Order: sequence, then C-alpha cells, then structure tokens
Amino acid sequence: MGNPSTPPDLRSDASSGSLVGSARGDALFKWLLIAAACTIPALLLALLYELSSGAWPALSKFGLEFIVSGTWDPVAGIFGAWPAIFGTLLTSLLALAMAVPLSLGVAIYLTEFAPVAIRRPVATVIELLAAIPSVVYGLWGIFVLIPFLTTSIFPWLEANLGFLPIFRGPIYGPSVLAASLILTVMIVPFIMSVSREVLLAVPSGQREAALALGATRWEAVSTAIVPYAKSGIIGAVILGLGRALGETMAVTMLIGNRHEVAASLFAPGYSMAAVIANEFADAAGGPIHESALIYMALLLFAVTVVVNAAARLLIWRVSKGRGGR
Amino acid sequence: MFKMSRATRVARRLTTVLATVAVGGALACGGDGGTVALTGAGATFPYPVYSKWFDAFYTATGNQVNYQSLGSGAGVKQFTEGTVDFGATDGPMTDEEIAAVPGGVHHIPTVIGADVVTWNLPSLGKTQLRFDAASLADIFLGKIRKWNDPRLVALNPGVALPDKDLLVVHRSDGSGTTYIWTDYLSTVSPEWATKVGRGKSVNWPTGLGGKGNEGVTQQVKQVEGTIGYVELIYALANDLPYAAIKNKSGNFVSPTLESVSAAAAGVDLAADTDFRVSIVDAAGADAYPVASFTWLLIHPDFADADKAAAIKAFLTWATGPDAAAMASELHYAPLPAPVLELVKARLATLKGAGELLP
Repeated sequence: MGNPSTPPDLRSDASSGSLVGSARGDALFKWLLIAAACTIPALLLALLYELSSGAWPALSKFGLEFIVSGTWDPVAGIFGAWPAIFGTLLTSLLALAMAVPLSLGVAIYLTEFAPVAIRRPVATVIELLAAIPSVVYGLWGIFVLIPFLTTSIFPWLEANLGFLPIFRGPIYGPSVLAASLILTVMIVPFIMSVSREVLLAVPSGQREAALALGATRWEAVSTAIVPYAKSGIIGAVILGLGRALGETMAVTMLIGNRHEVAASLFAPGYSMAAVIANEFADAAGGPIHESALIYMALLLFAVTVVVNAAARLLIWRVSKGRGGR
Repeated sequence: MFKMSRATRVARRLTTVLATVAVGGALACGGDGGTVALTGAGATFPYPVYSKWFDAFYTATGNQVNYQSLGSGAGVKQFTEGTVDFGATDGPMTDEEIAAVPGGVHHIPTVIGADVVTWNLPSLGKTQLRFDAASLADIFLGKIRKWNDPRLVALNPGVALPDKDLLVVHRSDGSGTTYIWTDYLSTVSPEWATKVGRGKSVNWPTGLGGKGNEGVTQQVKQVEGTIGYVELIYALANDLPYAAIKNKSGNFVSPTLESVSAAAAGVDLAADTDFRVSIVDAAGADAYPVASFTWLLIHPDFADADKAAAIKAFLTWATGPDAAAMASELHYAPLPAPVLELVKARLATLKGAGELLP
C-alpha cells in the first residue's frame, strides 16, 4: 500500500469522479479473483464427490478389504487393489531412489562446479526432457530401454546379484524395474530444475562465508548451501514423487500389467493408474468392476493427497527449524 | 478417466440429438425418400469391416452411420441406456443385461472372428507349431513352463523345441479377443472353467498383460520364448506365426477364412435361436476351434420407424454377397449359408413403432 514512489498529489486527484469507476472496477476485479480462486477447491470437491459416489457400490461391498486383498477377478466380481497400490508405491519409490541422487548431483554440479558457459545449455536440455509426452517415453521404453535391459542389464544382475530374490526369475522385459527406470528418467528433469532454481537462490554470502572459513568446495556445498536449500529440495523431490505416482501411459506400457505382488523386480506388476487406464474403457465385469476401478481412482487420489500433505508438513518443519526458504 | 467418460457421454448424447434433428429435417423435406443418420457404438474387433460396410451403405442409400468403436462393454452400456441406435459386441449380453433393455434385444451375427496362438522362437524359423486343447489350457494355467515340455514335444514330432522358459502374454484391457480365448479354454478345460472362467478380462493365473492386440504382438515379438493370442486378422496383417490347433474331430486345423467359417457351420441352431451361441470347439472335421460370432445389438421394435427401416435395410444388405466379399477381403470370415438364412428370417420379424417393417 504505502508505495513510496507514488506521488501524493496523484492520490488526491483520484478523489474526483474517476474514483467511483475505479472502485467499481476494483470490486469486479476482486470478485473475479474470488471466483477464480474458488474454482479449484470447487473442482476438487466435485471430483471427490463424483469419485466417492461412483466408488460407493464397491466401497460398501469390499470395504477396506479392497486395500489389502490381492485378488482381482472380474469374472467372479471379486476385487482387491493391493498389488496395484504396492506397484504404484514401489515403482515411485524406486524411481525416487534413483532420480534424487542423480538430479541433485546434476543440480549441484550445474550451480557450483560447472563452467559458467555450459550451465544454462545443460540445464535447458535436461528441462526439455520434461516436455516429452509420456507416450513417447513409453515407446522409447518398449523399443530401446527394454531390449537393452533384457540383453544386458537384467542378465548381468541375475548373474551377479541373483542370490537376492529381487533379481531372480524369468525375464519378460516389461517389469517393475523397467517401469521404475522409465519413471526415473521422467522425474529427473522436474527434480533437477526445481532444485537448481533453489540452489541458485541461496545467497552468495552463504557460500562465500563457508569458503572464507576455510571450507573446501564440497564442505561448502554440504554444510552451507544444501542445508540452506533443504526445504526447497524436499519440495522438488515431492513434485517428482507426485508425478511418479500418477504417471499412467509410460508405466502401463512397461510394467507388464499383472495383478500380483512378486518378490522379483524382473516380474511384471501393476500400478493403480495403469489398471484404470487398461480396464475402464471396457469394464467387462459389470457395474461392480467399474465401481472397483473408481474406488481405485479414489485411493490414488487419497494417496496423492496424503503424500502432498506429508510433504507440506515436512517442508514446514524443516523451514521452521532453519529459518531458511 | 471418470471425468472423461462423463464428458464423452454428454458428447454422445449431443450426437444423438443432432442425429435426431437431422432425421427430423430429412423427414420434413422428403418423407419416405429421406435419409436418416444412425448412431452405433461397441466392439473394436469388427470395426474395420463395419466402417467399410457403413461407407458402402452410405454410398448406396445416403443413410449415414456414425459408429464409435469404444469396446464391447461400452457398446452394451450405451445400447442399454438408449444413447445409440444399435450396439455391437464380441461377447453376447448376459440374461441379466438383456433384462435391463426395455423392449428386449436381438443379437444379429455379422461376421466370424478367430483367435490365433502366436509365439517367438527364432530357432524354429517358419515352422508351424501344433497344440491341443489340454496343452493350451496347461500353458495358460501356468502348468507348462518350458518349451521342451514332453507334452509339447509329443504334439510337435520332429520339431526341436528349445529348453527355454515359456512366457505367457495376454491382453491387459477388457476385450472380445480375450472373451473368445477364455470361452475356448473354459469349454475345453474343466479346470480352467472353475479356476478362471470366461470373460473379457479375467484373473490370469500366469503371464503378463499387453494393451491391445498391438501390445501383445509387441511383447511377443520382443521376447524369446513368449506365447500369446491375437485376432487372426491382426496376425495376418503383421505376418505373425500362428499355430494349428487340434479340433473336436481330432484334426489339427490352421486358422483360415474357410476353417473359421466351418466352425459356424458346425453349430446347430434352432429356428428360434437368439444367436447367443458359442462356436468354440465346434464339431466338423475342418472347423477351427477358437472362433466366435460378433454381433450387432438391435431393438426388435424400434420406436423410430425410419431408423428401424434403415437398420433393417443395412442388415439385409450386410447379409448379401457384396458385404460378404468385402468382409473376406479384410480377412473376416463370412457367415455360412444356414446361419445367413436364420438371420434373414429374424430380420423379417423386425418392427418399427409397433408395425412390422415392409
């Protein structure tokens, strides 16, 4: 309000007839903004209502059993979402485990170590990855990634780490591991570009102070810069997780679409979004099948909300402790 | 997905409204000589031949048909809700579903589809493999896990089946192709019938899912040792190997237009049949065992007499020789003569607005 650059005489000028018009304009503008702001919560509520009412038949029939049961039998009309929930969480977390170190490494390199001339171009190229449609990632996964995995990586893992149950069993190609890898590629640009922005925003005083105290580059990064940017980096990771949880097309094409919780990462699995994408168009098991799929959508919605709420909480606690961004 | 389905439903309703307006307009200008626009929705499997038929029908009569290949389930649903003039499905409606349609429903078979077994074993080259009902059921039940299983070796004398994992690929989306396949397995294997059953999507005991015929094909092409089922037309178009399957008469039969048509000829239909018959594992020396009708769903007495007349005209034409030739060209097996006669007899009973159609 107290804008120092506004000359006082202009303010008094506005007390004439033109003020009425601008006040009306202001009011209109305000209500437009309020309407715009209400749209999103209203949409969210409408979505929640639609999902709940659509899911009601399955919800009342299977209850919470739906979440823990592993049977998906459209012929018998028995549905359980656990393999899909498990697959969604497993692929997303595996993708995070691979994407976070990679993207943080790139972000730190690009802000602290890389020659200035290449910083911007490299960042732009990585950000371009975010613009690729997921069906293209899926095709790339089928035609490039999977042949590569089945001929080199998977046999190597089986030969050298086959004593672990997660690297055993027949190699189909499409698998939990393949889906996790494609998710990794897909979320790296998000995590990288947001954490890069956050690192760039760290005041140079922070960096210089650490270096002045005799810290090495690595020590400056690990003790002064990354802790300062922590809440922002967590935000970036959560953004990536959100994308991984909801990603549908590429996962459907690579996960193998099998309602089963298998010990091996080579085995096919399922994700919640993939089940809905596959079966909704022709929910052949009748109304209860369709309702079970909407119930699945409701659960996916719930998982995303819980994850985002947890992220907010985490960021809030971290920033409260640090007083940083 | 849910939101989208709402939106498309609205769009479809709009289409119906527009179609009605078009009909109204046509009637106003020309009475009996006017053209109507029909809407239909359903099965994807016969879509190529349907679209060709509809196009030819439009050229001949000026009656437009707007068909959306959304899947059999959607076809049944929209027909039941009355948002389309006719439906199309690869799996027959259940008694329960039929009871939900006001005025009932006629299943009119149009062409015959078949599923073929395809595989990837580069060491065998172009050798055609042979299976019987029991071995296929055991493969898809997960009981045969190696290509050199003695049962497969016995069926394929002289073929050097490798010591490889046998990996099953099936459809992940609900589909008529899966219905035909599981209908066959349920018919020939009591164990499959009790453990899994028949349906457009089922609880698969083993294997992994590919989306669409193309998804299954891609998966089979990429990984050695895989086995899967796809539509005959799809296998022919993509030059996939397909197996000969032992039929009820004990002959190994390759899927061809003739052997698929023979499957329908082997089934005995009563004069008052509702055509909801399965023709898997059909009798007949040359019958290919994994085949099925695909049906159009129509009202026995359609409230809109002009549309009823147009539907009848279309189906009458579709049972003729021109339509059959077009179907054969696209590798859809045409209906055998006895079935055609029954269909024609059924068409003669169709009514429009309570009156028997001319």
